[in-house]
Amino acid sequence: MERLEVLKTYKIYIGGKFPRTESGRYYTPLNSNGKQIGNICLSSRKDVRNAVVAARKAFGGWSERAAFNRGQILYRIAEMLEGRKSQFVDELVFQGATKKNAEKEVLMAIDRLIYYAGWCDKYTQVLGSVNPVASSHFNFSVHEAMGVVGVVTDIETSLIGLVSLVAPVIAGGNTCVVLANEKMPLCAITFAEVLSTSDVPGGVINILTGAQKEMLTPLANHMDVNGIVYSGTDAAVVKELEESAALNMKRIRVYDKNWMDIEAQDLYQIADVQEVKTTWHPIENIGGATSSY
Amino acid sequence: MPRYIAIFATNKHSMNKKNGTTNHRVPDFSSTPRIDKVGVEERVSRFQKRSIKSSAKLQGLHMILNMIDLTTLEGKDTPGKVRQMCFKARHLHDVHAGLPNVAAVCVYPSMVGVAKKEVEGSGVKVASVSTAFPSGQAPLEVKLMDTKYAVDQGADEIDMVISRGKFLSGEYNFVFDEIAAIKEACGKARLKVILETGELVTLDNVRRASDIAMYAGADFIKTSTGKIQPAATMQVTYTMLEAIKDFMDETGIKVGMKPAGGISNSKLALHNLVMVKEVLGEEWLNNEWFRFGASSLANDVLMQIMKAETGHYQSTDYFSID
Repeated sequence: MERLEVLKTYKIYIGGKFPRTESGRYYTPLNSNGKQIGNICLSSRKDVRNAVVAARKAFGGWSERAAFNRGQILYRIAEMLEGRKSQFVDELVFQGATKKNAEKEVLMAIDRLIYYAGWCDKYTQVLGSVNPVASSHFNFSVHEAMGVVGVVTDIETSLIGLVSLVAPVIAGGNTCVVLANEKMPLCAITFAEVLSTSDVPGGVINILTGAQKEMLTPLANHMDVNGIVYSGTDAAVVKELEESAALNMKRIRVYDKNWMDIEAQDLYQIADVQEVKTTWHPIENIGGATSSY
Repeated sequence: MPRYIAIFATNKHSMNKKNGTTNHRVPDFSSTPRIDKVGVEERVSRFQKRSIKSSAKLQGLHMILNMIDLTTLEGKDTPGKVRQMCFKARHLHDVHAGLPNVAAVCVYPSMVGVAKKEVEGSGVKVASVSTAFPSGQAPLEVKLMDTKYAVDQGADEIDMVISRGKFLSGEYNFVFDEIAAIKEACGKARLKVILETGELVTLDNVRRASDIAMYAGADFIKTSTGKIQPAATMQVTYTMLEAIKDFMDETGIKVGMKPAGGISNSKLALHNLVMVKEVLGEEWLNNEWFRFGASSLANDVLMQIMKAETGHYQSTDYFSID
C-alpha cells in the first residue's frame, strides 16, 4: 500500500509556544521552481500585539539573567543548530539556494551564534567607560538592554540574515519580535523549533510569518517596542519605520551588509541595541595624590 | 419548619431595612437551590464568545472605568501610597479628556481618613474593608469596633468578610447574625459582604452564602478578598448574579454585585458586563449596582481606550503605576 505523506503544519512562535495565527489565515509562497513551500501562517496585527506582550513579559528575566548564563544559552542554540544542519540545508535548497551555498550559510549561522555567545559577558567591559569629570564624582557609563526590539528581515539569505540580526539583540539582554522573510519563511520556523529546545526562555525570541506590509505598521508604531533593526534596502520600509518610530522615539537601525561575509559580525551591532547609563557616584576627592583612600 | 432559623431572623418580621435585615421570610438555608456546575460553565462560555467591537467596546470600556473600586490592601500601605491612589482615582489619564472617575477607592480602616480627605468633592466614594479583613478571624466585638471605626472615619461603604470557618461547619445562623450585626453598625454606609468564594469550595456553597448575606441585609455581595485564588471566576460571579435575581424576584429588593480579584484585563471585564446585562438587565449596569474590585484593571482599560483612540498599541511606560 502506498504511504500517504504527512505534511507539516507551519506555525508561528510566541512566548515559547507554537500557536496558529489568531486570524486563522495562511498563504502559500512558491520556491524558484514554482513549487509550493507550504501553507504558512499569515499573521495579523493581533499576533504582533501578542508577540510584543510576550516579549515584554520575558524582558525582565532575560535582561537580569547573568551575562555569562546568556552566553551559555546562545552557545546552546548553536549546539542545537549544529545537530539539525541537514534539515536547514534541505530547506535552503528547497527555497532555491545551491547545495554548496546552503551548507556554507548554515555553518556561518552556527559560527555567528558562537561569536555573539562569547561577547555576552564581555561587551559591557569593552563598551563601558570611566569618564573624567571636574567634580568629586566617580563617573562611569555602562550599556544596558533597550527592551523589546523588533527584527525585520528583508533579505534573500533567510537563515544567516535572521541569526545575524537576532543574536546581537538577545546577547545584549533584549527580547525581540521577528518578522520572518515573507518569501522564505521556512528557516525562520525551523529556527523557532531549535530555540524551543535550547534553554531560551519563552518570549525572548518571538517569530511571526506573513505579509510584511501588514505586520510592519503595528510593530513600528507599537508604543511598547523600544527599537527596530532592519536588514534590507527598501527605502519605503525605512521611511515607514522612521516615521512611526517618532511616536515613542524608537531607535531604528538599518543594515545593508553581506551577512555571508565574516566581517559582517561585530561588537557594535550589540551596542546598536543598547542604552547608555551614566552614573555620578560622589567621592571625597578626585585626584589620586590627595585622596584619603 | 426551616431547620436553621437565625436569631435575628426569627423576629425580623417587625424589622425594616434600616435596622439591618429585610422584613421578608427567611428561607431554610440548608435547602437553597443546588447549582448545576456543568450548566454554569456552558452558560458562562457563551458570554465569552460575544464579539464586542468599536463603539460598543469603547462605551463598555468607559463604563468599566466608572465601575472600578481602585484598591490597595497591603500591609505595606502608607498614607503616601493611599494619597497617590486617590489622585489616580480622580486623574486616570489626564492626557485624554472625557474619561470618567472610578467609582470608589478601597482601603483599610486606618487609611479611610486619609482617603476621605483626598477624594472630597470628587464624587469618588471611600470603601473600607473591615471585620478583621481578610481572614475574619476575630470576635464579633472586634469586628463591630473595626466597622464603627471605619464608618466614623467617613467610609461610604464597608466591605466585610464572612466567617468562612463557621459557614463551612454549617453554622449558618452564626454567619447570618454576624452580617446583620455589622449591617446595623454600618449606619448609612452601604454594606458589601465578601463571601471569599475561593474558600467556599463549591458553587452550592457560593449560592447558599449569597442567600444568607442578602437576607441578612447586604447591599452588595462580593466574591473575594483578592488574597485567595481562585477569586472572581465567571462561574462564581454568574452563580451570585442568579442568586441576586432570585432574591429580587422573591423580595423586590435590589442587591449589588462586586466581583473582585483576578479581573485584570478589559476583555474579561467586558465579558462580565455582558453577563450582568443578560442575567440581571440594564438596571444593574452602573456603579450603584455593579463594581469591579481591581488594582491593575484600570490601566489595561486605559490602554485599550488609548489604542482605540490613537490606533497604536500602548505601553505601560506611559500610564501611571498607581
